[in-house]
Amino acid sequence: MSGRLDPDPISRRDFLGLAGLWTAGAAILGSLVAMARLPVPRVLPEASTRFRAGSPLAFPAGTTTLLPERQVRIVSTDRGIAAMSLVCTHLGCIVGEAPNGFACPCHGSKFDAQGRVIGGPAPRPLRWLHVSQAADGALVVDTAREVSPDVFFQPMNVG
Amino acid sequence: MSDSGMGAFWANLKALPRTFLGSFVRHGAPTSHRARSQSVFSNVFLHIHATRVHPHSLRLTTTWGLGVSLVAQFLILTVTGILLMVYYNPGLDQAYASMKDIHYVVPAGRLIRNIHRWAAHMMVFCVILHMTRVFYTSAYKAPREFNWVLGMGLFVLTLALSFSGYLLPWDQLAYWAIVIGANIAASPNEVIHAIGLPEAFNIGDIVRRILLGANHVGQDALLRFYLLHVIVLPIAMVFIIAAHIWRIRKDGGLARPGGTPSPAGKGAGSMTPAAQPPSAAPSKTYGLMCLVKGRSPCTGQDPDETVPAWPALLRAELFVFMLNMLICLVLGVFFDAPLREIANPGVPENPAKAPWYFLGLQEMVSYSALIGGVVVPTLAVIGLALIPYLDREAEPAGLWFSGARGKVVTFWSMVVGAILAVLSVAIPVNYGWLRNWFPDIPQLVIIAINPGSLVTLAYMAWSLIVIARTKSTRLGAVALFSCFLVGFVILTYVGTYLRGPNWDFYWRQSDWPIH
Repeated sequence: MSGRLDPDPISRRDFLGLAGLWTAGAAILGSLVAMARLPVPRVLPEASTRFRAGSPLAFPAGTTTLLPERQVRIVSTDRGIAAMSLVCTHLGCIVGEAPNGFACPCHGSKFDAQGRVIGGPAPRPLRWLHVSQAADGALVVDTAREVSPDVFFQPMNVG
Repeated sequence: MSDSGMGAFWANLKALPRTFLGSFVRHGAPTSHRARSQSVFSNVFLHIHATRVHPHSLRLTTTWGLGVSLVAQFLILTVTGILLMVYYNPGLDQAYASMKDIHYVVPAGRLIRNIHRWAAHMMVFCVILHMTRVFYTSAYKAPREFNWVLGMGLFVLTLALSFSGYLLPWDQLAYWAIVIGANIAASPNEVIHAIGLPEAFNIGDIVRRILLGANHVGQDALLRFYLLHVIVLPIAMVFIIAAHIWRIRKDGGLARPGGTPSPAGKGAGSMTPAAQPPSAAPSKTYGLMCLVKGRSPCTGQDPDETVPAWPALLRAELFVFMLNMLICLVLGVFFDAPLREIANPGVPENPAKAPWYFLGLQEMVSYSALIGGVVVPTLAVIGLALIPYLDREAEPAGLWFSGARGKVVTFWSMVVGAILAVLSVAIPVNYGWLRNWFPDIPQLVIIAINPGSLVTLAYMAWSLIVIARTKSTRLGAVALFSCFLVGFVILTYVGTYLRGPNWDFYWRQSDWPIH
C-alpha cells in the first residue's frame, strides 16, 4: 500500500492480541467494580430513631431517670427536660454511673455529670438529644438529633 | 470375537484393584528412596516439599516445628469448623441458642467446639512465635523477602479469623467486640470532627456501613462476619499458605548458615549404593527435576549431604501434627471454651475485655481509637513487612540473633522497649495525661500525642540510633523488632491482669470494687 500516509507500526496479529488483552482486562475490572457495589447497602431497614419516653409528669423537676433499654438519661430541672445519650463517644459502649459522673467500661473514658470529657480516650462529650412532645403530651426523644447541652425542653402542661 | 472381548473384560475386572491402585499411586510401593522421592515429586500434595532436605532444616532448634504446627492447627480448625457449621445458625435470635445446643445437646459438640477454640488460641500464639523465629534467624533475607510479606498476610488473616470467629456466638463478648471493632474502623471520624468538617466527610461511616451492612450492629453484621469467617478468610488463607510453603521449596529450603556440617551421617549414608535395595540400584537414573534460583542446596558440596524428605521430613511433620492434636484434645477435654451471657445491647460487661491477643491493642485503644486502633497497628504491619527490603545485608541466614552482637542488641533493645512500655502505662495511671493537665487543649493534639504514639516513635528512634552506632541495618531491625515484641508482651500483660472495671488500674483482681 504505497498510498498510505501513516503506516501501521503494529502488526495486525499484535494489535488483535493486545485488543483482546485490554478487553479482558476492562471486563474484569468492570465486573470487580460492579461486584464491589453489592455489599454497600442502599436500604437500611432500621427502627425509628425517635421514641416516646412517657408523660412529662413521670419526670418531676429535680429528678434524673435512667432509660436503660434506650441508653438515654432524662434530666428534669425547673428549666425543663433534657435527654443525654449514654453511648460513649469513643467506641460506642454504654457508660455507667461513677462517683463524679459517668465512666465507660470498655476503655476507661470518664465524663462529668454534664457529659463533658474529664479523662480517657473519648474525643467528644456525651451527646444531648432533641426532646419534643407528641400530640397526646408524651415526651419524644430523637436519638439522631443532637442539641447543645444547655437546651431544655419546656413541656406543655398536660392533665 | 465376543468371546475374546468378554475374556478381556473379565481379565480387566479381575485386575481392577491393581490397575486402579497403579493409576492412583504411580510409583509403586514407596519402599525405596527412589520411589519415595518420585512420589514426593509427582504427588500434587507432597510436591510442596522438596524431595530432599538438609538435616539442618530438620533440627528442632531451627524451626521449633512452628510452621508445621500452624498448618496442623489450620487443618484442625477447618475440620472442627465444618463440623460446627452443621449446627450453628447465624441468625440474630438463633446464634446463641445454637451455641447452647452445640455445648449441651449435640453429640461431642462441646468437645469439638472446645478444640476449635483452643486450636485458634494456639494458632495465634504460634503465628507470633513463628514470626519471631523467622525474624531472629534472619530467614527473611533474599531470596525470601516476599515470603516474609506473605507471612505478614497470614499473620493478619489469622487475627482476622480469630476476631470474626468469636463474634459468632452472639454473646456479650461477641456483641461488644463487633460494636467496638466497627467503631474503630469508623474512627477517622474523630479527626474529621476535630478539624470541624461537616458530617458528610465522615468516611468512617461508609467503612462501618460496609462492614455491618447497616448503621448499627444487627442481623446484617452477624451474617457478614459469618461469611468472612467461614468462606472469604479461609479461602484467602489456603491460597496464601500454599504460596508460602511452595516458596520455601523454591527458595532452596529453609534458611541455614552456609557450610553447615552435616551431622546426619546416618541419612547421608543410606544413599550410598551399598545401602540401596538391589532391585532399585540398576534402574537408578538422574533427571533434571527443576531449576531453583539462588544458591541451591547442592552447589559446591556433596549432594548427599541432604536426606530424603520421605521419610525424614514426613516423619517430623507427622510428629508435630500428632502433638498438636494431642494438645488440642487435652485442652478441649479439660477446659471449656467460654460462652458469656447472651448479647445485651443495653449493658456491656465491666470490664469488657477482648481475648488475650487483642488486649495489648485494647490498651492502645484506651489512649486513642484512631492512633491505637488504626494508625499504630497499620504502621506496625507495614513496617514489619518492609523489614526485608530495608535490611538487605547479606549475612549467614539461619543463625539465631545473627551472632554475639545481635544478642547484645536484642538484650538491650528488650530492656529499653520494656522500660518505655512500662512508662507508657505508669505515667498515665499515676499522673494522668494531657487532658488532665491542660483541660482546654485542642482535640487534635490529644488524638495525636498519646502514650502509644510516643512509644512507637521512641522505638523507631532507638532503632535508628542502633543503626547509626553499629552501622548495621540488620541490628537496627533487631532493635526495632525486639522493642515491639517486648512492648506487645507488656501491654498484653497489663490489659490481661492489671485492668479492672472501667479499665482502671488494679494490681490485683481482689482489689476490684464490688458492685
